Amino acid sequence: MLNYLLNRLGQSLILLLLVSIIGFAVLNLAPGGPLSQFALTPGMTREAMDRIAHQMGLDRPLPIQYLDWIWRLLQGDWGKSYRDQQPVLQIISGHLFATLLLMGTSMVISILLGTWIGIRGATKRYSLFDYTTSVAAMVALSIPTFWFGMIAIYVFALRLKWLPAGSMYTIGNESFSDYAIHLVMPSLVLALVDIAVWSRYMRSATLEVINQDFIRTARAKGLSEGKVLMKHVVRNALIPMITLAGLQLPTILGGALVTETVFTWPGMGRLFLDSLGYHDYPVVMGLLMFSAILVLAGSLIADLFVAIADPRVRLG
Amino acid sequence: MSDEQHTILTRPTRRQALGLMALGGSGIMFSGLPGISQALAASGKTISGQLTVGFSQEPTVFNPHMPHIEVDDGVHFALYDSLFSVDPEGKFVPGLASQVPTVENGGISADGLQWKIKLRDGVKWHDGKPFTAEDVKATLELLVDANFRSWRKTGHDLVRDLTVVSPTEITWRMEKPFAPYPSILASTFITPKHLLSATADPNNAPFNNAPIGTGPFKWVERVAGDHILLAGNPDYYGDGPYIDKLIYKYVPDLNVMYTQFKTGDIDVVGLQWITPDHYDEAKALEGKVVNVVPGSTVESFTFNMERPQFKDPAVREALYAAIDKQSIIDALYYGLPAPTESYMPQQSFYFNPNLPKHAYDMAKAKALLDQAGWKPGADGILAKDGTRLAFTCSTTAGNHIREQVQQYIQQSFKELGVEMTISNLPPAVMWGDYWMLSKFDTVIVGLDFLTGSDPDTSDYFRSTSSGAKGGSGQNNWQYANPEVDALLTKGGEIFVPEERKAVYLKIQDIMRKDLPFLPLFQYATVRGHKQGIDNVLANVNVRIDTWNVATWRRA
Repeated sequence: MLNYLLNRLGQSLILLLLVSIIGFAVLNLAPGGPLSQFALTPGMTREAMDRIAHQMGLDRPLPIQYLDWIWRLLQGDWGKSYRDQQPVLQIISGHLFATLLLMGTSMVISILLGTWIGIRGATKRYSLFDYTTSVAAMVALSIPTFWFGMIAIYVFALRLKWLPAGSMYTIGNESFSDYAIHLVMPSLVLALVDIAVWSRYMRSATLEVINQDFIRTARAKGLSEGKVLMKHVVRNALIPMITLAGLQLPTILGGALVTETVFTWPGMGRLFLDSLGYHDYPVVMGLLMFSAILVLAGSLIADLFVAIADPRVRLG
Repeated sequence: MSDEQHTILTRPTRRQALGLMALGGSGIMFSGLPGISQALAASGKTISGQLTVGFSQEPTVFNPHMPHIEVDDGVHFALYDSLFSVDPEGKFVPGLASQVPTVENGGISADGLQWKIKLRDGVKWHDGKPFTAEDVKATLELLVDANFRSWRKTGHDLVRDLTVVSPTEITWRMEKPFAPYPSILASTFITPKHLLSATADPNNAPFNNAPIGTGPFKWVERVAGDHILLAGNPDYYGDGPYIDKLIYKYVPDLNVMYTQFKTGDIDVVGLQWITPDHYDEAKALEGKVVNVVPGSTVESFTFNMERPQFKDPAVREALYAAIDKQSIIDALYYGLPAPTESYMPQQSFYFNPNLPKHAYDMAKAKALLDQAGWKPGADGILAKDGTRLAFTCSTTAGNHIREQVQQYIQQSFKELGVEMTISNLPPAVMWGDYWMLSKFDTVIVGLDFLTGSDPDTSDYFRSTSSGAKGGSGQNNWQYANPEVDALLTKGGEIFVPEERKAVYLKIQDIMRKDLPFLPLFQYATVRGHKQGIDNVLANVNVRIDTWNVATWRRA
């Protein structure tokens, strides 16, 4: 067991190193740089750009810049943003809260609603409910989030004036209810597509289970239909869903770029895009490493759980 | 405010009227408008309420001396003051200096070498410490400090013998006369010595993210990726502020920003403004003031003068005649921008209204090329002495309107027997070495040629300012004309605006004749704010809307 763990840890570290090298190289080899945004500034001269690049250490050879960066990282220094000079970890954690709030809420909504719709659709197959939700799911999957978000803003913020048009909270009023009311539109818009996805998965998973022999056995021994459904069908159908939910967790970090843009939500998606746009390498690298670590840690933990739970999986 | 809310065609706004009157040659400086500060000085000052400005880029640099973009200026104007600033008419008005130095009042010696600045007394930094001449000295020294990541040293590097005469007076000597320096000083914010210059590493001083100024608003907080919150400074020495909570909200998408303007979440639509396609709808919005504002940026079709095709002046003139400017403006830019013949904004004191007017004339274009000896080759493309009249045209890939302009021009040129190939590049490539080292044939670009209100364009037109020839500057046309060089030198040494003017009128004449770039139009943007907010005024001499945010108030 210990050997297996060490082995996996070693593999993960090598993988992280590769990710960092490739990420660093791709970022720095792409044309432009952190200073290119100043090129058209009136009075900006090449001389001044070169001087600033030198002061920022951007004119050093790439391998040296990389080694400098990774050496600091190993000492726990994630560097500072080129844009606003804030420590990278502080920037990431600042945006992480906004993203977790939005994505978490929307994920809870979409999983709960999606599984319910899926189960109901599967048990009442070819009913009006099943047809309606199936068509609705197809429509939801085909609507671009951007467009849907704008329509929602038009209807609920501009016309009806029920909900705020965007932002995470009213500046100066950071109460729970204020967050909640700001959360309604973006989380529902974001959840819409996920509800469709979840309901489709859940429907087919339920259908698969519902036709199996042990369900017939359960019915034969006289269990009520409700008990059969809850104790046997749903429980078994949920297993692949849990794996799926687990796999989706790291994607939370990527944020929801489109929704964040439409609703001016200060999340990770915007941070990543803005940092890329300004060639803010320390932040982009920070985000890259951060998510790589989480993905690797996640899969390591998942593998361990599987190994513990299932004696057929051999370690070593 | 009622004079600020109509279209350019029906009833011109004040700025447009200025332009039109200047065009008429009827004089440029107007005294009919009282200064904003005087108009409001009589009224009492109450600081209350909240105001939200939307920006489509995020302000991130709060140390005004470090490399930054326009949107950062938007916050600097609220936090800091310069010695003096520039108003919409291009006149300097006192800020931290109690009087704008001129040759007339003895602030600047006649040869432009000796400077003496009297400072306002009793001004305090936001942390309560007194502002003195030591702060001005420290700021000017920091700007040229070799270890400091200063974004601009131009002008400051000529300052010698900085002497603090008293807490309210400072003098210095210039290494050589440099007439643009007042304009540079007008956009140089003064920063506190005790928090910035006196720290061990000004590049990483805590000040950079917790700025302290003397300006009308104090720093409260920044939520990265979302907003910046400032509070009205009750101790401000000047007119204003009248707003208690000033919020700069980052709204990355222009459609979203416009929607939030409509819903009322945003009071003032700032940088990148309302997109032209929304103009018709926006001006009909109830409770909103929407107007078209000329900017200082001039769009041009730019040549690489070192390419053999473009050495012949007849070619440049013929291509100019073959561009249907007005149709481009009307069809692709919603008729908003004003056609121009000069690189100088039409609102500038130095604008030359008497340049020959461009006319779209294909027959003239054909005749010009024919007379100059350009004859069609076997492939139908004009050629002369083995040089084919074929070239590429580049601009930022993804700028759809410009791409359509290119296709439109391409058609016209084709009729002439000129082959223009469109070759667009992503922004980072386009405006990198490709632009700075003149690796293009032709480019469509919008440039702001001026430093603030100053007419000096040495960085652009001087023959030694070309990166491809080892110079430092943005003369990416590789334009070289000894007469212009001499005029630029002369203009840089005259400190009396009325005398300088003749020099720059002449330079505009020459540029119009030489045509290293074909001037297309001067940018105009659609701006909007909620009705009942006073003093939201455009100023062509600064880069950002909030230049006078101190005086913004709710009626």
